[in-house]
Amino acid sequence: MTGIAVRGVAKDFAGTRALDGIDLDIRPGELLALLGPSGSGKTTLLRSIAGLEPLTAGTIHFGGEDATGLRVQDRKVGFVFQHYALFRHMTVAENIAYGLTVRPRAERPARQEILRRVDELLDLVQLPGIGKRFPGQLSGGQRQRVALARALAVEPRVLLLDEPFGALDAQVRKDLRRWLRDIHQRTGHTTVFVTHDQEEAVELADRVAILNRGRVEQVGSPDDVLDHPANAFVAGFVGQAVRLDVTVEDGQVRAGPQTLATAPPGARPGPAALFLRNRDLAVGSAEGAALTGTITGIARSAASRRLEIRLAEGLPPIEAEVGLDFAAARGDVVGLTLATLRLFPRDPEVGGT
Amino acid sequence: MSEISNPTVASALSEPRWVRWSLILIGLAYLSLVVLLPLAAIFTEALRKGVGALHEVFADDATYSAIILTLTVAAITVPLNLVFGVAAAWAIAKFEFPGKSLLITFIDLPFSVSPVVSGLIFVLLFGAQGLFGPWLAANDIKIIFALPGIVLATTFVTLPFIARELIPLMQEQGTAEEEAALTLGASGLRAFITVTLPNIRWALLYGVLLCNARAMGEFGAVAVVSGHIRGLTNTMPLHVEILYNEYNFVGAFAVAALLALLALVTLGAKSLLEWRYGDALAGKGRH
Amino acid sequence: MTALTLPSREWLRPKPSALPGFGLTLGFALSYLALIVLIPLAVLVWRASGLGLSGLWAVATTPRVRAALETSFYLSFAAALVNAVFGLVIAWILTRYRFPGRPLVDAMVDLPFALPTAVAGIALAAIYASNGWVGSIVEALTGLKIAFTPRGIFVALVFIGLPFVVRTVQPVLMDLDREVEEASATLGAGRLQTVLRVILPALVPAILTGFALAFARAVGEYGSVIFIAGNMPFISEIAPLLIIVQLEEFNYAGATAIATVMLSISFLSLLVINLIQSWSRRRFGDV
Repeated sequence: MTGIAVRGVAKDFAGTRALDGIDLDIRPGELLALLGPSGSGKTTLLRSIAGLEPLTAGTIHFGGEDATGLRVQDRKVGFVFQHYALFRHMTVAENIAYGLTVRPRAERPARQEILRRVDELLDLVQLPGIGKRFPGQLSGGQRQRVALARALAVEPRVLLLDEPFGALDAQVRKDLRRWLRDIHQRTGHTTVFVTHDQEEAVELADRVAILNRGRVEQVGSPDDVLDHPANAFVAGFVGQAVRLDVTVEDGQVRAGPQTLATAPPGARPGPAALFLRNRDLAVGSAEGAALTGTITGIARSAASRRLEIRLAEGLPPIEAEVGLDFAAARGDVVGLTLATLRLFPRDPEVGGT
Repeated sequence: MSEISNPTVASALSEPRWVRWSLILIGLAYLSLVVLLPLAAIFTEALRKGVGALHEVFADDATYSAIILTLTVAAITVPLNLVFGVAAAWAIAKFEFPGKSLLITFIDLPFSVSPVVSGLIFVLLFGAQGLFGPWLAANDIKIIFALPGIVLATTFVTLPFIARELIPLMQEQGTAEEEAALTLGASGLRAFITVTLPNIRWALLYGVLLCNARAMGEFGAVAVVSGHIRGLTNTMPLHVEILYNEYNFVGAFAVAALLALLALVTLGAKSLLEWRYGDALAGKGRH
Repeated sequence: MTALTLPSREWLRPKPSALPGFGLTLGFALSYLALIVLIPLAVLVWRASGLGLSGLWAVATTPRVRAALETSFYLSFAAALVNAVFGLVIAWILTRYRFPGRPLVDAMVDLPFALPTAVAGIALAAIYASNGWVGSIVEALTGLKIAFTPRGIFVALVFIGLPFVVRTVQPVLMDLDREVEEASATLGAGRLQTVLRVILPALVPAILTGFALAFARAVGEYGSVIFIAGNMPFISEIAPLLIIVQLEEFNYAGATAIATVMLSISFLSLLVINLIQSWSRRRFGDV
């Protein structure tokens, strides 16, 4: 198993900086998600690790070996492309065998051995017996599995996946997620995948690296990034929070004229951003409540109700989740308690949710 | 500063510089030999005896009547095929009916028939020993060795050009916009003029350009039906042949140069259309 | 019961549509197509059937006709082959590389389509004659004459076949997914392996199609060939020229027979093209 060390990596495209000094350690055998909005540089970073993009600056080490100057052919990475990039004039078996058959004669396994490997991999990706078909005859999910089998065939040191589930519909996507997790547990490859879907990242990955504007904002376990976001960007990007621009003064958190809560000890006075997830709000009776709001909308989901609540004129609506037994109607005034305060000094440079 | 840390990464995904430049040189050399050289030869040969000799060629009555005949043939043929192209494309693109792909194949047919055969079929119909030959002779109607024969053969050869530009484009565009026009109260004809026509105008122009170039330049089919009667049934390409066979090379190349200029103007306009209105043309680069 | 009788009356009726003009446009298009293309071609077939298979065979196997057919066939094949190779190179450099003058080169590829064949014919004859720009050099170096020999025919067929492979390969190469090449590289393939095993196989249907189109065009070509061929019976005479010779001798049966054989070759090529395309569509999805 091979870890990857990314040090000071920068990449310019025609004058714009796509990667801006990335430092990242990927541990041997872990499943790491590169998460970020579009244009954050996550795919560029993945392609740089693979050797598909020449770096402007920085180094990349594979398990202690400097791979920076290594050609893509020599890096021994397994790369699964977003649109699979299967060779459509080859059968599934020929696709999977390709990485073995292009080796110089001395390193090439015998024909029988290649056939055996192909069958083994088709079993691994749960598509036994389709070796003779052409990619054009497969469904999207099947192509994805064949692409993975093809990448695994060369026994790569690391497995890199670019938006592996991006082109699939919701149900297939869910099945494949679980299945990828299984494969990773069985094969133990160091695996990096790119996604813009935070749910996918936290559900699948051992650790998540959150990228924004070519920089790493935070690296940590799903618990870390969800419960202890390092900065306002991370808090806004993961966890589906509503952002309120607030002010901290006199030990109170205020939004416009409203006082929302008592500021946590150590909160820096001044402008701040408050991130509210719908579970952070406890909704109760308006009587005697320090903070109240008006229900402006109610939406039903399978096991709960989501309330849209307006605290005061001029503030964006916030959302709260309540049980199905909670009786509420549009226009009701309810009492609110903020259970968790995710508060970050406001930096005008950092974008909101 | 850019991309110095590992230049090998880029070269792994494209050809080495020497391969690239070798391929470019091979391609350019081949094109120069096959295309550019003949083009240059036309103008060089035409100007061999100076500009004065050209004046003599174009002052000749036979040259003048060849030019007039060529323009006449194009003026009849192109509008006919234009109307056909639009009608066929409308029926094929806007409606579903059985036998459609067969119809498209039939429209393409003239492309795969040798020009000489294209002329021959009209001789078999209207020639002295043709199907209608005796009847035509009895009624003193001349088709072969006369203008109607030349027009027929040229129309046959150029028939697909406009239809083929329009059909794929109009199929791509579908019927939604015309239907919207109808729901807004437009008549069918009005919908065609105000909605369809603006959508296909550049493809139409493109097709007309190609059709016209071929109509003015067609040689084989016309050679069979014209009879080479000087001053009467000689189009410009046939006039080139006659002058050439009379060893009047300057004359032949002078008329050829005029036709070559037409070809260059056509190519220029075509490239301009592709560059400027590429989106409004359906899949370029066939024929 | 009604289901059995309906189709015979309904087969030409389109699926219901709000758009008008189906009957008018389809009626006009079909009549025009029938008058200009289908009936004349049918007359050729009818005349040929009058000769019977044995009659056709007798004409096609007379030594002079056979020699002309073979000349046309082999030289067309050779010219299409040369254009397949160089057409691939030109399509490659036009889509993959940036070099000065690229748009001009792109436009130049279509010149053989746009230049009237007679014009190309006399220009090629001038260049490849013993005293011409290229002809004199080749003769001095190798002692071989080009113009007025079968080699001259080959040169002319190369000229008119140039655009076909370029224009069929270019769009396929343009649409080829860059990710596929990157995938090949990540799997350890060198650039040459990627080109040979991933890119070229994907181009094969387009190359074959272009080859077949160039071949079909060359078999029927007349104008650009006759000026440079020399037209010596048994040596440098092409099949289309023989049709004209037969017509000048008022031998309609002979002309019909040769035309039928040529038409069969073109339709066979057309069929092959369609087979290639439907095969590759079935196998690889859309091409």
